[in-house]
Amino acid sequence: MHSSETLKVQGEARVPGTKRNPGARAFALRFFSGDEIARALVTISAALILLVTVLLVYELWINSHLAREKFGWHFLTTQVWDPNAGQFGALAFVFGTVVTSFVALLIAVPLGVGAAIFLSELAPPKLSNALTFCIELLAAVPSVIYGLLGVFVLMPLIKQYLHPVLKGTLGWTPLFSGPFYGPSMLVAGIVLAVMILPFIVSVSRQVLLAVPNDQREGALALGATKWESTWKVVVPFAQRGIYGSVFLALARSLGETMAVTMVIGNTPQIKASLFAPGYSIAAVIANEFTEATYDLYVHSLIELGLVLFALTIIINGLARLLVSSTAKFSVSST
Amino acid sequence: MSIPMEAHERTPETRVPRASPPMNDPAARATQIADATPAPNVAPAPAALFAAGVGEKMRATDLNFFYGKAQALYNISIRIPTNHVTAFIGPSGCGKSTFLRTLNRMCDTVKGTRVEGDVQLDGEDVFGLDVTSVRRRVGMVFQRSNPFPKSIFDNVAYGLRVNGGLSRAEVAERVERSLVRSALWDEVKHKLHESAYGLSGGQQQRLCIARALAVDPEVLLLDEPCSALDPISTSKIEELLLTLADSCTIVIVTHNMQQAARVSDYTGFFLMGKLVEFDKTEQIFQAPSRKETEDYVTGRFG
Repeated sequence: MHSSETLKVQGEARVPGTKRNPGARAFALRFFSGDEIARALVTISAALILLVTVLLVYELWINSHLAREKFGWHFLTTQVWDPNAGQFGALAFVFGTVVTSFVALLIAVPLGVGAAIFLSELAPPKLSNALTFCIELLAAVPSVIYGLLGVFVLMPLIKQYLHPVLKGTLGWTPLFSGPFYGPSMLVAGIVLAVMILPFIVSVSRQVLLAVPNDQREGALALGATKWESTWKVVVPFAQRGIYGSVFLALARSLGETMAVTMVIGNTPQIKASLFAPGYSIAAVIANEFTEATYDLYVHSLIELGLVLFALTIIINGLARLLVSSTAKFSVSST
Repeated sequence: MSIPMEAHERTPETRVPRASPPMNDPAARATQIADATPAPNVAPAPAALFAAGVGEKMRATDLNFFYGKAQALYNISIRIPTNHVTAFIGPSGCGKSTFLRTLNRMCDTVKGTRVEGDVQLDGEDVFGLDVTSVRRRVGMVFQRSNPFPKSIFDNVAYGLRVNGGLSRAEVAERVERSLVRSALWDEVKHKLHESAYGLSGGQQQRLCIARALAVDPEVLLLDEPCSALDPISTSKIEELLLTLADSCTIVIVTHNMQQAARVSDYTGFFLMGKLVEFDKTEQIFQAPSRKETEDYVTGRFG
């Protein structure tokens, strides 16, 4: 530390004139050497990102004032959504959004991390690259296609096979009670899981591949098996990056609109059963925006957008808190 | 041999055996000749090389090693003496690290490699044993210290937990003992549950040694353990190796010839994948029998 500072001082002293001619000339010199231009460009880029975010929140805030003034915090705690009566509450949509995203994570995280471990640690490189390409293709499929597959493939399959099994074994829990008609939070969760899988797999695989080989060797040299080395050393080393991939996936599933709209049933209700239809924030905004005939209706929908934004921030924040408390020894890779 | 065997026991004064016993045993002489015949380029350790009471911990016989089609080791035959420090020196790319990695089968982890010949640990073929048990018995410390992203305690306990069968108290006791043996205990005892990445480079390397020692290896392999360390940390590790040699067979690969001279009892000189000469360290540095060795240790090349 000390020696590097000394070196820096010497380095500066060796450039004649920089200290003695402060001001315009020195600035011009640095400007024309490109340093200042590059600095300005990257600073502007960073500032623009912040500006867009602030503008977004500002617009959502301003354009939802009628709803905020009328309902206040009750907007968040009531589940009535009755445009005819001018009554609006967000609770059912928040519930649907959170439950479907949670189901999606529950399915996609073990699958995705497992696949990433296989691709980075076990598969031969050629196979790994080919499979990763296939998985990344999944991310390029438009969400409306996932919605169609959900309606025409997943729903009949679940109705015929999964629903009887779940009902027979876990039917006594409220989670899997009741009939299954097709559109439901379960289907939405499964469709979302497939949609976010590519993010988890490809980011986690990258992070696992970036784990230095000496970590693997260190574990193997202690008599660990391949799996012990992978699970107890390589994965913990990469866990921050893996969590990062999960956050990315979570943000994506919270905001997913089209596919969810097609399979969730679009019924603003709060039911414990995953077989019951529900509604998500993004879906209701997409469905009802063109039908919003009076200002309070529009403002309520925009306030829903604000709620979704806040929800994303809160859930991400909580997840990050959870991670920083468990991963205190992890290396901050990627 | 006429001199009584005091297997596995030495006093510090006998660290570098001053004189080898006279070669009276015809059987030993026969082995020596048999060992020397297969590859004229290679000088395996003659039976008489080891002082009285020094056993043979590991042995390689006619070992050839290939990375794909490229041959990296040629007919290596050597015996590693029990509870002594053996050093391998030689220029970069001469195969000394590759050879070291065949001793605990770490060479297995690289795809497309092939081994011919025989490596024995206490007379058992290491390629016939279960690989995890070989690595438990033959520990390894790498060039770059590679602590796991865990606490200091958990790093040392890793091997114990992987191998299982110990209670919490036993693990804690073995962790402490390993840290004491690696001369790190006093520096870390108040922060055992802090991250290992908070330690200095030299401390991290001693932590890696402690981690390897925790599973009680019979042999400890060190692959240029000091190449990234400052002189003070280096001398600490060298002192450590000298103490460890009382209870553990140590094999160290080093680029630093002074280090080999300081810490080792026996030295092998590798060149272009061949073991050119293997002898007592003082012999190698003062009166090597081969021209290449002399050129290297006197700094005429390499």
